[in-house]
Amino acid sequence: MSEFVSFKIDGKQCMGRAGEYITEAAERNNIYIPTLCDYKGTAPKASCRVCTVKVNGRVMTSCTTPLQEGMEIENETAEIQDIRSGIIELLFAEGNHLCPSCEKSGSCELQALGYRFRMMVPRFPYLFPVREIDASHPKLIKDHNRCILCKRCVRVMKDEKGRSFFAFYKRGAKLEITIAPELADKITDEVAQQAMDVCPTGALLKKRKGWDVPVGKRLFDMKPIGSEFEQVK
Amino acid sequence: MSKAVVATTSMAGCFGCHMSFLDIDERILDLIELVEFNKSPIDDIKHFTKQCDIGLLEGGCANSENVEVLKEFRKHCKILVSVGECALMGGLPAMRNGIPIKECIDEAYLNAPTTKNCNPDRILPNDDELPMLLDRVYPCHEIVKIDYFLPGCPPRADLIWNALYALVTGDELKLPYEVFKYD
Repeated sequence: MSEFVSFKIDGKQCMGRAGEYITEAAERNNIYIPTLCDYKGTAPKASCRVCTVKVNGRVMTSCTTPLQEGMEIENETAEIQDIRSGIIELLFAEGNHLCPSCEKSGSCELQALGYRFRMMVPRFPYLFPVREIDASHPKLIKDHNRCILCKRCVRVMKDEKGRSFFAFYKRGAKLEITIAPELADKITDEVAQQAMDVCPTGALLKKRKGWDVPVGKRLFDMKPIGSEFEQVK
Repeated sequence: MSKAVVATTSMAGCFGCHMSFLDIDERILDLIELVEFNKSPIDDIKHFTKQCDIGLLEGGCANSENVEVLKEFRKHCKILVSVGECALMGGLPAMRNGIPIKECIDEAYLNAPTTKNCNPDRILPNDDELPMLLDRVYPCHEIVKIDYFLPGCPPRADLIWNALYALVTGDELKLPYEVFKYD
């Protein structure tokens, strides 16, 4: 049995288990901390930094910080919100995120965070990088324009032996997601669908599917991301 | 009180944002009480005849004429508003960013299925009257200072109406979640 500890988020008294991650504890106290690279049931990676909070005055990622007794966490202060929207704006400026032409639009977590933070336009200039769309796989399309390198697909999508279907390839600014060649044949329609659902953006798309949910019924059309944990804002 | 003067234009856009603007339905009657239009496709005034209060910009900058129009707008409008994904980030025309101009032109006039066999002399548009294409498509705020941004493809009619109403009356902008979309 893990011991219970008390801590505070924005002054609100909360309870949680010692050692669990701050994001999980916040959720159970009905407080939403925005996350992007984090995926429930998988070890956190802290690659996107969207879940940044201040713990006892220090800036930390809440998805990888274990809970301790007496932590004072700042979540919705102007400073933290500005850091987070800055990160989201950077992601939009860094890739080619053309929402109107993307199949994932409406169910995209990056876009949903843009909505939540009311991002009108990024404060940074668009880079318009030249990136490939790889549709060579029979079941999957990889659109590197939309990939935010969160590594969700690498961490979550595994075969029965625990081998990842996806991997990072190349280095630095050229880093991209690739399909493991020896497992490429094992990507069935179901695996492709799961990969598409796991991807927070529209970088992984199942072929021959597109636009099957009408506008208005998509994941984030009517309710902001995170509203399931809190009172609707 | 004199009415606010509004100018609108469509640069590298599809006129979808203007169509969405007209989607305000019967509020168009309130609109004519609220504002008067100057240079705009809505009243077909081609050139500015006076200084305007608000300029609504649809589309990004893809060619030299777009840049000229945009600079005219900056000169003649107190407040400029980028309306729609193309004005904000280049939008679908910006999909050519990263592809060399020659490749784009060749694809359009020489190699496309509908032009391959109909252009035996391999003529490319070369009239002096035609504006020059820019090296890439630019968002409006990378050419001139833009004061406000309305995202969407097109921005929902309610968003355009709420924003215009707030700007003209000085009220706070209503921004419900359902009308704030990027697609």
